[in-house]
Amino acid sequence: MAIPIEMPKLSDTMEEGVLSAWLADEGDEVSAGDVIAQVETDKATMDLEAFDDGVLLRKLIGEGDAVPIGELIAVLGEEGEDISDLIDDGSADGGGDAAEEEAPAADTDESAAADAGVEEPAGDGQLRERTPDPVPAGTDAEGRRIKASPLARRLAEEHGVDLSAVTGSGPEGRIVRADVEARIEEIEAGEVETEVPAEPEPDAQPEPPEPPVEEEPAYAMPDDIETDRPATAGDGAPYESEGISQMRKTISRRLAQSKFTAPHFYLTVDIDAARLMEVRAELNEKSQAQDGPKISPNDLITKASALALREHPFVNASYLAEEGEIRKHNRIHVGIAVAIDEGLITPVIRDADRKGLSQIAAETRELATRARNRELQPEEFEGATFTTSNLGMFGIEDFTAIINPPNAAILAIGEVRDTPVVEDGEVVPGKRMKMTLSCDHRVVDGAVGAQFLQTLRSFLEEPMNLLL
Amino acid sequence: MELQLREAIRAAMTEEMERDEDIFLIGEEVAEYNGAYKVSQGMLDQFGASRVVDTPISELGFAGLGIGAAMNGLRPIVEFMTFNFSFVAFDQVINNAPNMQYMSGGQFTVPIVFRGPNGSAGQLGATHSNSTEALYSNFPGLKVIAPSNPDDAKGLLKSAIRDDDPVVFLESEQMYGLKGDVSEDEDYLLPIGQARIAREGSDVTLIGHSKMYHVAMEAADHLSEQGYEAEVIDPRTIKPLDTETIVRSVMKTNRLVVVDESNPFSSVASEVTHQVQDRAFDYLDAPVARVTAPDTPAPYAPNLMDAYVPAADNVVDAAKRVLYVQ
Repeated sequence: MAIPIEMPKLSDTMEEGVLSAWLADEGDEVSAGDVIAQVETDKATMDLEAFDDGVLLRKLIGEGDAVPIGELIAVLGEEGEDISDLIDDGSADGGGDAAEEEAPAADTDESAAADAGVEEPAGDGQLRERTPDPVPAGTDAEGRRIKASPLARRLAEEHGVDLSAVTGSGPEGRIVRADVEARIEEIEAGEVETEVPAEPEPDAQPEPPEPPVEEEPAYAMPDDIETDRPATAGDGAPYESEGISQMRKTISRRLAQSKFTAPHFYLTVDIDAARLMEVRAELNEKSQAQDGPKISPNDLITKASALALREHPFVNASYLAEEGEIRKHNRIHVGIAVAIDEGLITPVIRDADRKGLSQIAAETRELATRARNRELQPEEFEGATFTTSNLGMFGIEDFTAIINPPNAAILAIGEVRDTPVVEDGEVVPGKRMKMTLSCDHRVVDGAVGAQFLQTLRSFLEEPMNLLL
Repeated sequence: MELQLREAIRAAMTEEMERDEDIFLIGEEVAEYNGAYKVSQGMLDQFGASRVVDTPISELGFAGLGIGAAMNGLRPIVEFMTFNFSFVAFDQVINNAPNMQYMSGGQFTVPIVFRGPNGSAGQLGATHSNSTEALYSNFPGLKVIAPSNPDDAKGLLKSAIRDDDPVVFLESEQMYGLKGDVSEDEDYLLPIGQARIAREGSDVTLIGHSKMYHVAMEAADHLSEQGYEAEVIDPRTIKPLDTETIVRSVMKTNRLVVVDESNPFSSVASEVTHQVQDRAFDYLDAPVARVTAPDTPAPYAPNLMDAYVPAADNVVDAAKRVLYVQ
């Protein structure tokens, strides 16, 4: 089998080597360790040894030629072996000829011609026929850097806008936020048009598609960009169509990504909520006496989760495949899933472990209201390190939630229910609440998740611990 | 209660000295002359010559004396007549005060306040017009505060005096007469390291401390007349800097102009700019702009001085540049 011999790296700073002398001829038998050539580096002239036994089948460069590290300079193998798969004929002949004939002038011409071929000179129609490569993000079709502000770049990425199709209005043609937003509107207007049925409904008045009215900047909230297509709720219509809003697209993309890439497993606990409800009633009496906010069981769970996360850093973590790391977050930001008309969003209580219950209650209330009014700023719903979702108010006893990436876990909270429980051998009325932790097994193992729930349970069953 | 800035600073020192006998004031002309800028007026009469101490013109000496006193349990307030003169005491301020706790393995703390006017103050010439905040905030172990109004000055100076670390407290000669409502609370302590959002806006963030805060506010008014709402942040403390507040604002407005009276190279504005590009890169819609003094010595001629010190018009221009409306 033919063995390629390449220009070796003979010093730390060497980038190319000059083959100063061949010490073996084509057809010579060489053994591993034989010196077959001398190479002049940027520092010294050094011996080039063969690493294998065989016949020197072909020299590809002539004496005095300079080639970069790694370039094929010779081929070793068995007598008569076909080496055409290692070398293409033109260069092999050229190199071989040069080596044999020691005709540097001819060699120069040959390599110059080869270089020119690789360079794809402008105006070479043949080369232009190849299918164009996909344009890498941030460059235009000619590979030039597109000037765009970081914000514009982020917006474009979030909305799938191709920056090379956007005209920049900033200095030196820089693409800025306004340009990307205008492009998003154009695209959305375009989508509306293409979605209009080609054949109008019988009897339907032909209505021009209305462009979506977009007051808020699209980045401010995953927005409901409903198509304004007229509903076709006519008698007998087999279905009604609704465009997919940006928010639904976002939910679809993120949750599918989560469920497909994060191996979920689920841990459920049924906790004694009696003390929790008592303490909450006491707290509310005091809070209301001071005109403070009303504290909900959910606020207590937010606080308890945050404190439990402090003790279990692997639950307050992210598996970041691209970065090649598991990131344990030093700060604890609890996202709280809030249902809004178009879908859901998770406003974030930052540093929830360091906030008091009244502050958590007040912030949660305010963020939820603003979420419903679609007034949240990105920094108010981004950056959660853990998320909770509560469907107790709908009478849901327990459920499993999909992890909100890049979190490592999400807590699904069921209703507080009255139920008979056994205490000291007696059946008595009790209060229970089920909670299910969905864990990303890449970060959280079963025991870790269970220990977290144990800590969480201890806080909720003895809520005075929350105050310590 | 409405007080001038100098009275608010005096109130902070007086209240603290009444509360704690270990506190004393030392500096040039602080006692018999009642302070070069009348900040310490009446304090010699109230506290006597052992706690309000006149010194010779010897900054290196009395700054070092203060550090020694602090290491031995007292809490000195060292007044520099202006911070231009603190350069004479540089070794004490930047080498001994901030490093002592570290180098003694925690055996000594240096609870000292170096205070006095900083920055330009009209036609004083190059050697008396230096802005020192960038310089002092470069040294680990020093806290640097530069308030813009009497109330902040009182609350922050009281916090500085009670702080166990050395604090550089930068006042402004041109603002000593500035009046404002001041809390009368004897324990009015504003947290060091917390910025204040002085004005909310959604189009561009302006940051300015001390005198430059007022320039930023004036610029915000002009911008508002032209239809742009600026958010103005007064960092109040230069170090530790409240980067969080700044970054959150930039995430909202996507644009930032930093107003800083310092010379531009390695200035506070440089640092703010770095922090913002580091933490809010994907939220920036324009490069961060700075409005600073030029990289030259301060001139003496009044017309040149007007051109030298950042003014509201410069800030408006910079804001419009980052708003892409010029």
